[in-house]
Amino acid sequence: MLDLIVLLLPIAGLLLWWMIGSMTEHGHLASLERRERELAGIEVSSLPHPSSPAPGSEPKLVTAEVVLASDGFKTWVFGLRNLFGGESKSFSRLYQRARREAVVRLKTAARDAGCNAVCNLRVESADIGGNANGGKAMPMAVCALSGTAYRREAPTP
Amino acid sequence: MVIVNTETIAGQRIVQNLGLVQGNTVRAKNFGRDIAASFKNLVGGELKGYTELLTEARREALSRMMAQAQQLGANAVVNVRFATSAITAGAAEILAYGTAVILELE
Repeated sequence: MLDLIVLLLPIAGLLLWWMIGSMTEHGHLASLERRERELAGIEVSSLPHPSSPAPGSEPKLVTAEVVLASDGFKTWVFGLRNLFGGESKSFSRLYQRARREAVVRLKTAARDAGCNAVCNLRVESADIGGNANGGKAMPMAVCALSGTAYRREAPTP
Repeated sequence: MVIVNTETIAGQRIVQNLGLVQGNTVRAKNFGRDIAASFKNLVGGELKGYTELLTEARREALSRMMAQAQQLGANAVVNVRFATSAITAGAAEILAYGTAVILELE
């Protein structure tokens, strides 16, 4: 009986982590979709120059940063993946969420600055945990964006 | 002061190029933030403490870069870029750099 409990305990723990982790993920995705709809009018591009800027509008640098944590289950799954190699879908998705969140924040910053478009988008990351120097940081998705916000002329019909 | 990451600004002309300006900062993440983050690392979600750290650091680097540009008498910095480098476990450098210029309306 005791053996069975000892065997089942880690499985129950993993299941709990999986449940909590996917709740966090689904909540975030729902919030992202809602805010992306709200900000759909703001155009973001990686083109180097503004397209049809309104005359007299002053462009402004906007930035956005996001750091997302992994969860217990994802980290454990990655541990397995690391043995065999190949794509880690759960970490890829984590980064996708971080980028989407960052774009939402960038658009919000542009809107707050009275603009309706961002050009010359740049995507960067940063090594907050210090993994590059042998630090044993926990997994995290770091996304830092920058771009130039400007007022775009409404397209003439 | 106009700060952009594009090379030019529509409707304005660069009359003088004053050269490279930059600003950097090295920030350490604090112990309290690490504890909060290690808890978040089980349940998932945003590491707000680290996001703030990054935002503050980028803002600081930008304002140092702007101070340099101001000293040169520039009224704009164009083609601004950010770079990061890991200096040691637990700290990172953020660098903001760009070209200080004097702009004039066309």
